Amino acid sequence: MATETVRPGRVRRRGGPVRTSEGRRAEARLALWLLLPAGIVLAVIIAYPVVRALWLSLHSDARFGTSEFIGLDNYIRAFTGSGSEAFWQAFWFTTQLTIVTMFFELIIGFGMALIMNKAFMGRGLVRASVLVPWAIPTAVAARLWEWNFQPEGVVNQVFGTDIIWTASHWSSFWAIVIADVWKTAPFIALLVLAGLQIIPNDVYEAAKVDGASALQSFRRITLPLVKSAVIVAVLFRMLDVLRIFDLPFILTNGANQTETLSTISYKESIQQLHPSYGSTLSTITFVYIILAAFLVNSLARADVVKASGGR
Amino acid sequence: MPRRLGKFAFVGAVLMLVLTGCGGPDEGGGGGGGGGAQGTGPITFVAGKDTSGKYPAVIEKWNAAHPDQKVQLLELPEAADAQRSAFVTNLQAKSDRYDVLGIDVIWTAEFAKSGWLLELDESQFPVGQMLKPAVDTGRFEGKLWAIPYDTNGGLFYYRKDVLDKAGKQPPTTFDELKALCPIAEQNNMGCYSGQFAKYEGLTVNFAEAVQAAGGEIMTDNGTKAALGAQAVQGLTFLADGFKNGTMPKEAITYKEEESRRAFMSGKLLFLRNWPYVYGLAAESDPANKVKGKLEIAPLPGFTGAGSSSLGGLNFAVSAFSKKQGTAVEFVKFATNQENAKEMVGLTGNAPAWPALYTDQDLVKKFPFLPTLEKGMETAKPRPVTPYYQEVTTAIQEEAYAALQGQKAPDQAINDLTTKLNEIGAQG
Repeated sequence: MATETVRPGRVRRRGGPVRTSEGRRAEARLALWLLLPAGIVLAVIIAYPVVRALWLSLHSDARFGTSEFIGLDNYIRAFTGSGSEAFWQAFWFTTQLTIVTMFFELIIGFGMALIMNKAFMGRGLVRASVLVPWAIPTAVAARLWEWNFQPEGVVNQVFGTDIIWTASHWSSFWAIVIADVWKTAPFIALLVLAGLQIIPNDVYEAAKVDGASALQSFRRITLPLVKSAVIVAVLFRMLDVLRIFDLPFILTNGANQTETLSTISYKESIQQLHPSYGSTLSTITFVYIILAAFLVNSLARADVVKASGGR
Repeated sequence: MPRRLGKFAFVGAVLMLVLTGCGGPDEGGGGGGGGGAQGTGPITFVAGKDTSGKYPAVIEKWNAAHPDQKVQLLELPEAADAQRSAFVTNLQAKSDRYDVLGIDVIWTAEFAKSGWLLELDESQFPVGQMLKPAVDTGRFEGKLWAIPYDTNGGLFYYRKDVLDKAGKQPPTTFDELKALCPIAEQNNMGCYSGQFAKYEGLTVNFAEAVQAAGGEIMTDNGTKAALGAQAVQGLTFLADGFKNGTMPKEAITYKEEESRRAFMSGKLLFLRNWPYVYGLAAESDPANKVKGKLEIAPLPGFTGAGSSSLGGLNFAVSAFSKKQGTAVEFVKFATNQENAKEMVGLTGNAPAWPALYTDQDLVKKFPFLPTLEKGMETAKPRPVTPYYQEVTTAIQEEAYAALQGQKAPDQAINDLTTKLNEIGAQG
C-alpha cells in the first residue's frame, strides 16, 4: 500500500508544477495517513487469514491433544501421502470443471451478447431476462437444479431421458456443468456486451464500404476489439470456478468423485475439525488459483500485444 | 444494567456460599446435579434454531419460578454443521457465554472427551425412568454427560391398500420383505427404500442394517471397529437390494425428503423414514397419493424386528459455565416428563419418557407413538465415539461404494474396519 501512495507525488515531481519539497512531503505523509485505515482493514481481512492459514498448515491437528509444528508434513500428506487420493481427485475434477464450464460459458455468453447488442423490438426485455439466472444466489440455483436433476425431475421429463444424474461420476459432472453454465453464461454476456458497445459503428460501416462480409467484419473487427473484455471475463470466471463450492456441495455432496478443492477444504476444516490440514488444502487452492490466473493473464497479454502490432 | 448485574452477582455469591456451606441440593433453586456444580444466576441456553417454537413455553415457566436465574435462549443456525462449529469455536475458547447446550446426540462423546461438558451426577436425574437407548446417547466412558430432551427413531411405512389387495401381511423380516417385492412390480412401483445418498442418512441406514444382523459398528468407547460377519450381512442386504431391484435404482440419490416424496406419490411399497412422514402422509394434498392407504410397523430385521438408529437432542452443561448450579437445574426442569409431554404435543417429536408413548392425549394427536415405542426398545445410538465426524465420513465412503457395486460388501467392511481403527487410534 505504502509504495502506491507515494507514486502520484513522484509523477508530479517530474512533470507537474514546481513545489517546495517540504509541501510535497507533507502531502505524501497526509496521503499515507488517509490510506492507513483502508490498509489496516485490508491487512486484517486479507493478509491475516492468509498468513494464519499458512501458519496453521505447518502444524498438526490434534483434536484432544496439543498441536505441534510439523513443517511440510501436511503438504506431503496432500500430495503423496494418505490424503493424496482425495486431493488429486478434487484437483483434477476442479480443473476439468473449470475448463469445460468456461468453454461453454464463453460460447453461449458471447452469443447472448451479440444478440443483446443488436437493435430490435423488446431488446430491453431480452437483456433483463438473460440476466435473471445470474441474479439468483448460487445456493438457491443449486437447490433449483438439485430438483431439476432428480430422477423424476424436469430435466428427465423434458428430454424424455431416464438418467439418474447424481448417481455416477460423469452424469454428475455434466449436471454441475449445465447448472453452472446456466447460471454464469449471462455474466460473460454482460462483460462481452460492455466490450461490444464501445466498438464504434463507423468501423463497421467502413468495413461494409470496403466490401467486407459479415463474417469478415466479425473476425477482423469484433473479435480483436472485444478481446480485452473477454479476457477479463475469462479471468473472473476462472477464479470463480476454481473455487467452486455451492453447486457440487448441494448437487452431489462429493459423491462419485465429485469433490472440488473447496469442498474438501471445507469438509476438513469445518466438518472434521482439522483446521491445520484444512488450511493446507485451502493454501494449496489459493496458490493454484494465483498461478492459474497469472498464467492466463500473461498468455493473454502476450497475445493482445502481438495482435495490436507489438505496441 | 451494571447495577442489575451487580445484584445478580451478589445473589450468586451468597448462594454460592450457602451451597458450598451446606452442600445440599435445591437450596434457593440452585444446587448441583453435576458433581459439585456451583454458581447460580441468569444463564444462556444455546441450541439450534427453534423451528417449531418449543422452547419459549418451557423458558417462560422457568423464568416465572426463578426470577433471579432467568434463562435466555440463544439460537444457532438450523444447519447441523453450522451449529457444531459455533459450539466448537465457543468451547475451544473456554468461553462462559454458553451455559446450557442443546447438542445433537452424535456430538456428546466428542464434546465430553474434549473436556467441554460438566459430568452429571446420575443420582440427580431420573434417568432410570427414561428410555435406556436415549439415555445411552448421553453416556461416554461410563459417565453421564447429557440428558435426552427428545429422541427419534425410524419407522417402517407400508402401503396397506396394496398389501390388502394381494392378501398379504406386512413383512417383519427382510426375507419376507423381498418375497413381497413382486407385488410392487405388478403395481408398477418400487419395492423398498430408505436413505442411501452419500450423507448422514446413509450412516443411519447402514447402522440399522448392521444392528438388524446383531452387529455393532464401534466398541471400546468408540476407539475400535467392531464390524464383523454381521456387518457384512447387513451391508450385503443393502448392496444386493440395488442389484436385484428390491431398492429402485433412484434410491441411491434419496435423502429423507426424496424418499418421502417417492412414497407419497405412490412410487414405493415400503419406506424406512422418521415419524414426521406420518403427519404429512395424513394431509390432503394433490401430491399426496397415499392418504389413508398407509400403515406403520417397527423396522424389519433379519430374524425378527430390526433395530433403529437414534436421532434426537441432548441437553448438557458447559464445563466453562460460571452458573452450573442453575444450568443443571434447568436441564433437569426442561427434560422432565411434564415438559416433555408439552414438547411432544407441540412438535410430534419422540419423547425420552416411555410413559408418554401411550399417553392418551398424545396418541390421539400422533397415532404412530405406540408403534414407535416398540422400535425404541431395541433402538441403538449411532457409534458413540469422540471421532464421530470422521467415523461417519468413512462409513459413508465405504457403504456408498458397496451400494454402487464398486466394492464387494466384505471388501468394503474390511476397508472400513481398517479406517475406523486408524481413526480411533489417533490421540
